[in-house]
Amino acid sequence: MTRPEMAGPGKTAITLAVNGTSRQLELEPRTTLAEALRNTLGLTGTKIACNRGACSACTVWLNGQPVLSCMTLAIDAAGQEITTIEGLAHGEALHPVQDAFIEHDAMQCGFCTPGMVMSCAALLERNPHPDAEAVRDAIAGHYCRCGTYPHVVAATLAAAERKP
Amino acid sequence: MTATRTEIFSAGIVEAGLGTVTREIPAGEPPPWPPNAELTWIGKDVPRLNGRDKVTGATRYTVDVRLPGMLHARFLRCPLPSAELRKLDTAAATALDGARAVIALARPGDRLRYAGQPVAAVAALSPGVAAEALAAIDAEFRPLPFVVDMDEARAPDAPLVYDEASAPKGNPSGFPAAPGLPVVGNVRGPAVVRRGDPAQGFAAADIVVEGEYRTQVQTHSCLEPHAIVADWRADGLTVYMSTQFTSGVRQELAALFGLPLNRVRVVVDGMGGGFGSKSQLGVYGRTAVELSRLAGLPVRLALDRHEEQIDAGNRPGTFQRMRLGAKRDGTLTALAIESHGTAGVALGAGIGFFAERIYTCPNFETLQHDVFVNAGPGCAMRGPGNTPGAYGLEQAIDTLSERLGLDPLALRDRIDPSKARREERRIGAERIGWSRRHKPGADPGAVKRGMGVAQSLWMSNVQTNVACEVRVLRDGSVEALSSVQDIGTGIGTVMAQVVAEVLGLRPGDITVRIGDTEFPPGGPSYGSRTTASITPPLRTAATRVLAELGREAARMLNAAPEELEAREGRIRVKSDPGRSLAFRDAAALLRTDRISAVESRADDYPGFRRRMPDAAMAHEDLGGVQFAEVAVDTETGAIRVERVVAVHDCGRPINRLLLESQVQGGVLMGVSYALLERRVMDRRTGLMVNADLEHYKLAGVHDTPEIEVVILENLQGNSATDAYGIAEPANIATAPAIANAVYNAIGVRLTSLPMTPDVVLAALGKTGRS
Repeated sequence: MTRPEMAGPGKTAITLAVNGTSRQLELEPRTTLAEALRNTLGLTGTKIACNRGACSACTVWLNGQPVLSCMTLAIDAAGQEITTIEGLAHGEALHPVQDAFIEHDAMQCGFCTPGMVMSCAALLERNPHPDAEAVRDAIAGHYCRCGTYPHVVAATLAAAERKP
Repeated sequence: MTATRTEIFSAGIVEAGLGTVTREIPAGEPPPWPPNAELTWIGKDVPRLNGRDKVTGATRYTVDVRLPGMLHARFLRCPLPSAELRKLDTAAATALDGARAVIALARPGDRLRYAGQPVAAVAALSPGVAAEALAAIDAEFRPLPFVVDMDEARAPDAPLVYDEASAPKGNPSGFPAAPGLPVVGNVRGPAVVRRGDPAQGFAAADIVVEGEYRTQVQTHSCLEPHAIVADWRADGLTVYMSTQFTSGVRQELAALFGLPLNRVRVVVDGMGGGFGSKSQLGVYGRTAVELSRLAGLPVRLALDRHEEQIDAGNRPGTFQRMRLGAKRDGTLTALAIESHGTAGVALGAGIGFFAERIYTCPNFETLQHDVFVNAGPGCAMRGPGNTPGAYGLEQAIDTLSERLGLDPLALRDRIDPSKARREERRIGAERIGWSRRHKPGADPGAVKRGMGVAQSLWMSNVQTNVACEVRVLRDGSVEALSSVQDIGTGIGTVMAQVVAEVLGLRPGDITVRIGDTEFPPGGPSYGSRTTASITPPLRTAATRVLAELGREAARMLNAAPEELEAREGRIRVKSDPGRSLAFRDAAALLRTDRISAVESRADDYPGFRRRMPDAAMAHEDLGGVQFAEVAVDTETGAIRVERVVAVHDCGRPINRLLLESQVQGGVLMGVSYALLERRVMDRRTGLMVNADLEHYKLAGVHDTPEIEVVILENLQGNSATDAYGIAEPANIATAPAIANAVYNAIGVRLTSLPMTPDVVLAALGKTGRS
């Protein structure tokens, strides 16, 4: 990880690799990854609900691992592959977890859904055939006020069935 | 007199056997629909049509709206639970580079009544500058005595939140508070409902059961905070708002700012949770519009999580004293309730009409009081009043059944007049395995299991001030339009199903445009009324445009218009389906690019039980029965809800997949209410100590029981769709079902919420010196 010795408090130049594209940004070092994605890059699919790591709505991938983007400084994400909800599908083809979420109605208001999808998709990347308990563990840090958990678990298990 | 005709409708609970009902209906109404089994899309599991946008992050929520030149607003809030504003000097904030508008929301000398009450607001070029501007405001607060605990607030010498003159007359949810009630100290009331002669009823009772129940303050904890982007321009005001009621907010804005309705537009696409708390414009909405007006630029005001937890509404806490009198056979002779509740500085803490309506009881009395404390205003929350009210009464009924030696279901069979709930009890008992239920505390081990049941009741609300439009374009595309908003229920999908059913198309063929007051005024999404309000006029409008299309098609097919039907994407002759036109080809015959029909909500065919200016209640209430199975660890005090069977009715179900989601959500909010959630106010500082999502506990996936959902098809021949709501009934029965199951598990009754491990251990006598 390359990182300047000291930066800030003013804006500093950083490069983020987001959804396969390199983006040059001028950001104050205190900017979180969630803020950089939403406010600077306009990638508002990543949601901020608690803004301190309690609800997981802001989940994105860093090098394929789910992280809380509200608890990650953008500057610390430089040099890593960032995947957001906008980058999960391949063109028109949705990730199997996304398809299954639609089919099983694993969403209501949908505000927690991008984060849920990122955690469930990451689970299937590391464990293609999880059981229900593994899915529950994968989303144990996510809050959904509408109560979609049963359908989220069902959808993720169905997506796993469908994956080769 | 409107012309009418007579129709025979299927009526009754499909699962229990159907009959018919004859109705005189307005001549323009569509013919009766058969039961769902004979329909193509109605009652089916149609995945929500905006699902793709939700799973790809494309849905635009209010917090995602970015307009050119948009400013960022923040509130300065009162840091103390009770204070006099001594000084408010905004000069330095106004002069700050990048600050564009500053407004005072209180004046020196004003009394501030809760920590978090807005005092001033700023709009600036960035959130950072807005924060600096807040810091530059010179405000001084003189601390005053305060009280945040309801019991302390009832004491004769408690610090007063209001005097009689300043006490609020209504509450911010818009629910009317009974007028003219006395205020003594911090207590307003009682609001009295009485029928028969309770004293005589108790005298005639063979058995009297008494109980005291306490419920906590619950916060809505919407994941998307309350948020607005206001764009005031010379030619009109546009507001993007996370709201449950676009057309209601438009009315409020027009009245408040003296604008004609046609110059105010309210828009919402994605809406990240409301649960009752986003039903009005609110101080934050008003403030953002005022800042935009002053600055001449769009203004974004979104609460942060701390603000969301302290000043975005809450479900009032309650203390309920219940007294039930009954004959030996279970017949109720008297029911008397005295309740005190607190909605902080607001009104609206009653425990609803649950006890008033659910059971047959000739002698009845409620005395309900609001207690003011120095805390953020409460407001409606999923089944307001009835949710805490059911926690008390359904436990009292459970206690009564035990004292009578009757099964809780048998007792309810005797005293509950609802046919729907009778069927729901039967189905639920079978699904949960009620016959396995043992005597209270009969499990031998440290972990004791139990089973309980409780019932739900909610009004079948209808908004009568509701309209929608259906358009067919000459290329065969179809649009359904209304300002109604999708707060997560999937109403847009439900609308597409209704139109598709009428036009013989697929739901995906219908473009639904909603959440914008440029379209005909949809109703609010609160009170479980959206589907009941919007689907009947939508079906009527679709029927009308189809008739117009049919006239063109009939000429081409050499048939009379009434001989035609729309099925499988074609307009065809009923008696000779081979003679047909593709829907698209029929549309191509239109003389204009677009035909359209606008319809408003007609009255229910048999009329309404009660009417208000823009709304009404159908004759039959909504039911719902929930069964819970719990495991209580008597060593740790932890309660685990293992299973819930939720059996509900909502008239004619339109989309079972979406209904299942909503019922699961209602149950989970109920599990969370029962076991985890509680707003904690520090008595010594008057501050909420858990105003975040780490310490304010919501149910997560590991708290989630196995939930089995059953939805009855309860046909009544009441409207063009016969559909009603589900959101609130799904929440009301859960906490008391769990409480009754806990009693069945451990043989000790828990009477306060949340039922945390310390409460369980205390009830078991396992804490302190014992």
